[in-house]
Amino acid sequence: MLRVDITKQLGEFSLAASFTSEGRVTGLFGASGSGKTSLINTIAGLLRPDRGTIVIDGETVDDTATGIHVPSWRRRIGYVFQDARLFPHLDVRQNLDYGRRMNGLTEDLAQHRRVVDLLDIGALLDRRPGKLSGGERQRVALGRALLSKPRLLLLDEPLGALDESRKLEILPYLVRLRDEAGVPMVYVSHDAAELRQLATQIVMLRRGQVTAFGGVKVLTAGG
Amino acid sequence: MFEISPAEWTAILLSLRVAVIATLVATPFGVALAWLLARRDFWGKSLLDAAVHLPLVLPPVVTGYLLLLTFGRRGLVGGWLADHLGIVFAFRWTGAALACGVMSFPLLVRPIRLSIEAVDRRLEQAAETLGAAPWRVFATVTLPLALPGVLAGMVLGFAKAIGEFGATITFVSNIPGETQTISSAIYSLIQTPDGDTAAARLVIISIVLAVGALVAAEVFARRATARLHGQ
Repeated sequence: MLRVDITKQLGEFSLAASFTSEGRVTGLFGASGSGKTSLINTIAGLLRPDRGTIVIDGETVDDTATGIHVPSWRRRIGYVFQDARLFPHLDVRQNLDYGRRMNGLTEDLAQHRRVVDLLDIGALLDRRPGKLSGGERQRVALGRALLSKPRLLLLDEPLGALDESRKLEILPYLVRLRDEAGVPMVYVSHDAAELRQLATQIVMLRRGQVTAFGGVKVLTAGG
Repeated sequence: MFEISPAEWTAILLSLRVAVIATLVATPFGVALAWLLARRDFWGKSLLDAAVHLPLVLPPVVTGYLLLLTFGRRGLVGGWLADHLGIVFAFRWTGAALACGVMSFPLLVRPIRLSIEAVDRRLEQAAETLGAAPWRVFATVTLPLALPGVLAGMVLGFAKAIGEFGATITFVSNIPGETQTISSAIYSLIQTPDGDTAAARLVIISIVLAVGALVAAEVFARRATARLHGQ
């Protein structure tokens, strides 16, 4: 479960979002500049809200009234960025292992194999990120986030930097992830078609305000 | 001509020891300072930046004299260190190392700072979301990516330290076997009537060491680029 009720002023731009989502995939939908990335960064703990609360999986990670702000490294979230952000000095195997090491988790070979199979990245393990295609990079980034065993997976336009054919290459993996990985997700996109395929709930954002909330049907209603 | 005398060997080995110690001791401070300058904003930052660069623009004799006033036997810091910890800098090789460390510090810090600035902050953010606390982000992402810059800074600092003259001779004088480095040995030799050949030998050694260091620094800089691009 994810509960968000925050306001945040960023220069001229003001963000005010309030919603509670039980869905497996919560889609944050809006045009560029609508505040999607600021909102997801606030959920990640990279931005601190001016006012309000954020509750992830029953734990209050932000509450300005009581001064709670759990830093992002203790939020146990996974974050997949638009620009994969793989560590260039580590090979794919080490990238995948990074979250496990930082969280002090014991090695889980079964889980590792499951994620590697799910994302089809077994052949890439010994390569450096510089030698991967854009699509491969994004799959590795997905695996890296999953293997840190997050309780919430945040995806900020993970297909945004890819061309059409690459998008079609990754989309099935995301669908499998939703159905098999069992980690709730927040999925940011400006592409309604993408969200129709993936999301179970939609938060629609416009100029920093939530304009609609509900099932994927709201995508057709709001346009 | 190519026979190196025992006295010259003493000067060469002393120079190497002084420069190695100066570089190794200065590096942790240099990395910390470079990180502060690259990643933090605080009151007095430009003042600190200027202070770091000061030895580069001050006359070396002034730096040496200030070191003597501060770290000499009767100096504020030097007196305390001698009385309480038994560490003496004045007219000792340790003082030469201190002078060389101070004089080479700006050259050491600069490449480190630049290489830390070149590390993509978005990678540090990604590390944070994967559960890495700030010091672990530094240890596992920032420092490894900046490592070639750290090595380049160390090499440049070492090269500067091994050739340092003005501050060293002002602070710890020119005592054979204790504080007489290659540079001060050359200085003494060219003031002696038959010192020319010996001076020439040491000059050649200095040039070889300096050029070697510049080449090494360049190699590290190239590796840095490859590393940042994940090849």
